Amino acid sequence: MKKNWPLWEVFVRSKNGLEHRHFGSLRAADAEMALENARDVYTRRMEGISIWVVESKDITASNPENNGELFEPAQDKVYRHPTFYELPDELKHM
Amino acid sequence: MSEKEIKNLEEIFEARIARDEKIEPKDWMPEKYRKTHIRQISQHAHSEIVGMLPEGNWITRAPSLRRKAALLAKVQDEAGHGLYLYSACETLGISREEMYEQLHTGKAKYSSIFNYPTLTWADMGAIGWLVDGAAIINQVPLCNTSYGPYARAMIRVCKEESFHQRQGFESLLTLCKGTPDQKNMAQDALNRWWWPSLMMFGPTDDESTHTEQSMKWKLKRKTNDELRQQFVDQTVPQAEILGITIPDPDLKWNEERGHYDFGKINWDEFWQVVKGHGPCNKQRIKDRVSAWEKGAWVRDAAIAYAEKQEKRNQEERKAS
Amino acid sequence: MNKESLYDYILTIADNCLILGQRLGELCGHGPSLETDIAGTNISLDLIGQTRSFYQYAADIEGKGKTEDDIAFLRLEKDYKNCLLVEQPNDHFGYVIGRQYLWDTFYLLFLNELQNSSDETLSAIAKKGIKEVSYHRRFSGDWVKRLGDGSEESHLKMQEVVNGLWPYVDELFDMTGVSKELIKQGIAVDLSKLRETYFKQVSALLEEATLEVPERKYFVYGGKKGVHSEYFGYLLSDLQYMQRTYPNMTW
Repeated sequence: MKKNWPLWEVFVRSKNGLEHRHFGSLRAADAEMALENARDVYTRRMEGISIWVVESKDITASNPENNGELFEPAQDKVYRHPTFYELPDELKHM
Repeated sequence: MSEKEIKNLEEIFEARIARDEKIEPKDWMPEKYRKTHIRQISQHAHSEIVGMLPEGNWITRAPSLRRKAALLAKVQDEAGHGLYLYSACETLGISREEMYEQLHTGKAKYSSIFNYPTLTWADMGAIGWLVDGAAIINQVPLCNTSYGPYARAMIRVCKEESFHQRQGFESLLTLCKGTPDQKNMAQDALNRWWWPSLMMFGPTDDESTHTEQSMKWKLKRKTNDELRQQFVDQTVPQAEILGITIPDPDLKWNEERGHYDFGKINWDEFWQVVKGHGPCNKQRIKDRVSAWEKGAWVRDAAIAYAEKQEKRNQEERKAS
Repeated sequence: MNKESLYDYILTIADNCLILGQRLGELCGHGPSLETDIAGTNISLDLIGQTRSFYQYAADIEGKGKTEDDIAFLRLEKDYKNCLLVEQPNDHFGYVIGRQYLWDTFYLLFLNELQNSSDETLSAIAKKGIKEVSYHRRFSGDWVKRLGDGSEESHLKMQEVVNGLWPYVDELFDMTGVSKELIKQGIAVDLSKLRETYFKQVSALLEEATLEVPERKYFVYGGKKGVHSEYFGYLLSDLQYMQRTYPNMTW
């Protein structure tokens, strides 16, 4: 049998109140092992209090070739940002 | 793609790097960029895991529990660093197994320093102080390198590595403050590790083939000779604190240059070790290959178990 | 309270941590994957940490100015009181895992009792250790299942491991080195009370791993009395090498 352990992506929450952040990847045969390996590899120095692992092949990623159509149309929608609107100076907090 | 189109893409690509933009895995990149990065990152990863062996050699013989724990933690970090780097490299379309294959067949290189033997306990201190010291100088600039996954791996590596050099120096300092036997042991270690450490920065600038391209891609910020000089300048005063002598009669402060002058490196020895004829090349590869082959049934078993579990889960879902 | 018997008692616990930690330390860099190397080192580090806490306390109790390292490195073979199980060699990864699981299961039950010890220091060390060892047992148990219920080859290998290590498990409950007085005072754990739960837990996991539970007729004892295996002298010659070759120095 010549099959390698699949690749997993590891997400760690470093403390409550923060989101899980991508920390890196590792190899594991199953989800349980991925979780244990992630604990041993990525939280040796108290880096985390919660871990997600997901098999890399299950992640659908956008293609940078489509970046133009995906992300550039947002560039001219300045009215989505508060600085677009002009208000009198007397109005201090809004 | 036509040649012209590729040329155009390459220009855009180089301009992005020049603007300090990071390149990410799925971005278009010149084939040469991909290949150079695979070579350098995998070499770097191999160095970490081959580097576990000379130090691992002393874990069972560490002289105190405190030192044993520190050494274990350090060698463990190296495994971790190898893992981060292999993962970074995998984003370029090569698998860890393929990289292992290259290492095991001698196709891929790793840092030559790990082909020297660790003969006494003082070697653990010397490696931490000199080898990790040199590695840090090489690595810190890489935290800013152009390839995103490599830069991120290096940030993590550098953060963790900061204790390695300190533990090495502290351990040597203890020897130097100890009995004559201990101090001799420290001096002997410095004698053996000094020159190989200088070789870690690679051939001199006029001999080095990749420098210009590597600078452009931010795989390098300074030349080999500049980094080597930086290492000598920072290490000499540290040796003075330890009270041991660097084995180089030509080493002296050059007021005019504002740097230390140092003696000629034995490049014949360097190339000999690079080509596989160092004291421990065969042993290191043999150990890596043996670990990998002996582990095959374990890795296969885990896959077989995972497949069985998956099947059971599916059946359960069907039944419910 | 009898100081000497408490000192001896601490060694019957801590020597296991030291020797198993040492065995795991041999492996670093030689395991089946980087991930397992890192995991194995973590377990080793936990055990060495526990060893240090126990020995520091033992040195205090003894009051002769010894350090943790004097206790760890400068005893004769017959004065180490670890059980035979933990000194068994790392023949292959299956042995490493099997030995670990058989030890972890016992040690966790043991620490769960020790945390109720009337001796505050022992209780504190136990409480900290429980968290570490719970993870160890989870890790080793998961691996016993993977190897037992994995491939045909791994199944055969793992069964061989279980059969090979089984003779050493009953010594875990042997009361050598545990004085009745210490139990009466609520300091020491009555090991005989753990035996039934131990075999129940281990049998359940082995079954889940599709492994046969060996018949429990013939067991080997000795480590706790200081009568060790042939492997042990070699382990000690590595462990003690520096301290023996360069006596009375600081490292």
